[in-house]
Amino acid sequence: MLDSQEGYVTADGRQIGGVVLELKNITLRFGGVVAIKDISFDIRKGEIRAIIGPNGAGKSSMLNVISGFYNPQEGDVIYKGYKRPKMAPYKVSRMGIARTFQNIALFEGMSVLDNIMTGRMHHMKAGFLAQAMWWGKAQKEEEEHRAAVEKIIDFLEIQAIRKTPVARLPYGLKKRVELARALAAEPQILLLDEPMAGMNVEEKEDMSRFILDVNDEFGTTTVLIEHDMGVVMDLSDRVVVMDYGKKIGDGTPDEVRNNQDVIDAYLGVAHD
Amino acid sequence: MSDTVLFALEAALNGLTVGIMYSLVALGFVLIFKASGIFNFAQGVMALFAALTLVGIQTGQVPFSHLINAALGTNIHDFGFTLPAILSIPLTVGVMVLMALLIERLVLKHLVNQEPIILFMATIGLAYFLEGLGDIMWGAEVKPLDVGIPQGMSSTVDEFTYNLFGYGFYIDVLSLWALGIAAVLVTALVVFSQYTKQGRALRAVADDHQAALSVGISLRFIWVLTWSIAGIVALVAGIMWGSKSGVQFSLSLIALKALPVLILGGFTSIPGAIVGGLLIGVGEKLFDFFMQPIIGGATENWFAYMLALVFLLFRPQGLFGEKIIERV
Repeated sequence: MLDSQEGYVTADGRQIGGVVLELKNITLRFGGVVAIKDISFDIRKGEIRAIIGPNGAGKSSMLNVISGFYNPQEGDVIYKGYKRPKMAPYKVSRMGIARTFQNIALFEGMSVLDNIMTGRMHHMKAGFLAQAMWWGKAQKEEEEHRAAVEKIIDFLEIQAIRKTPVARLPYGLKKRVELARALAAEPQILLLDEPMAGMNVEEKEDMSRFILDVNDEFGTTTVLIEHDMGVVMDLSDRVVVMDYGKKIGDGTPDEVRNNQDVIDAYLGVAHD
Repeated sequence: MSDTVLFALEAALNGLTVGIMYSLVALGFVLIFKASGIFNFAQGVMALFAALTLVGIQTGQVPFSHLINAALGTNIHDFGFTLPAILSIPLTVGVMVLMALLIERLVLKHLVNQEPIILFMATIGLAYFLEGLGDIMWGAEVKPLDVGIPQGMSSTVDEFTYNLFGYGFYIDVLSLWALGIAAVLVTALVVFSQYTKQGRALRAVADDHQAALSVGISLRFIWVLTWSIAGIVALVAGIMWGSKSGVQFSLSLIALKALPVLILGGFTSIPGAIVGGLLIGVGEKLFDFFMQPIIGGATENWFAYMLALVFLLFRPQGLFGEKIIERV
């Protein structure tokens, strides 16, 4: 077992830090349905952590617990060493946990640029009168935020669509804009709910490259849910495997690949 | 130019100014509908309540004086001071913001994620509650309202049109002011929503609640903000109507004309509310002008609703509304 303060070195030689967020004995119920059963795992600074499992395993529910959209009935979320009280999702977001959604939640009526700018919302300090009048400090601040956003736009190679209304973009690009908006918040933890769902091979490769580059460039701690086993094994440093709301495996891709429970869950158990 | 055309033109101009009033009430509806998907039936009553409060504060009326007098046997009616408009208007704005806060705390907060029809019913309740509250607080009699906007025939317009056509138009100066103030209000709203962080948050919430939460926007704050803005828009509408024909309870009924305006302009479009209001204002004056000799008067009572019906047949999403496309 890893020590919570010490990090580890990944297969490709990156240094991973101590625990940023820890989930302790989380249980989440919807009425009589138990979506998550007593799950514990941790997320370490700088790592790419994947959550995998068959459909209905509770992966998205887990992500919603981390991002505060769901409140678990039992268990604790320990963020940066402190137990996080039950709080509204917008407050969780302001504490540095940004996310994307399985079914893309963008502001369809706004341009790509405006969408990404909303990601910086809680970094903005100037009062609204100053902003409306474009007064000294507000102008300087707006320019700084624009610069930060432009950097992300360059990074994700979406310069050409900066002014396009999001509603007109194809699916793959929308996914990328959503990632850009989450990145604009300069999150401590980035949560990606099936970032590659519904993409073709080429788009998947692009997205994988961006996730790796983001992690490399900004050192962003990333938690992602993905169905495509190949992608997950290539991308992630450590993997949590869920099935029927329970954790059945946790470790490096190699460890998980050779775990008998995981093999059973994915391939089915032979009944003789 | 023939007399008929001139008279029609004059009627149309007067219709424009009535239309602005409709637009202002409709604007309040659109703001709240966009931000929270709630059709706020109480918008008209909010205009009435704002105007009542303004008059009350201006003339130093004691709130609930009838109630107090009946309960304690006293005979107080006013504090004995009058406040200038420059003080009483900001104070009334304060009351409207307080009202927005209370509505969020006491009503909306408890109805999150309910069906739209439930929220609609809640606003009907709110409308009746506010009407009653206005009555108990400030009394039911018709009150004159004067915030210093000049009234009477505009001699400039009269002279100008006389020199141009040989016939002077009768246009109320108040109407010209209404046009100007509405233009300033709409410009301010546009600047606010396009160039400020709160405005961006407001547009974000109007677009997608989940996404807004994920970038750290508090829905409750935005709701209080929208209801406050809607309250301020209601106050402006209330001031216009009140200055024109006194503050009276029929105002909440006149405000129902905002419904056909919304059907014309589309429920989610701010420009739609403005254009729709103007179209109905001008339309009903012109219709009355041309049809009165044939079918008799009082067409203004029903023309707007008939026009709305025609629109529902041919363009149900309104002029500027989002077209609803259902994918199967």
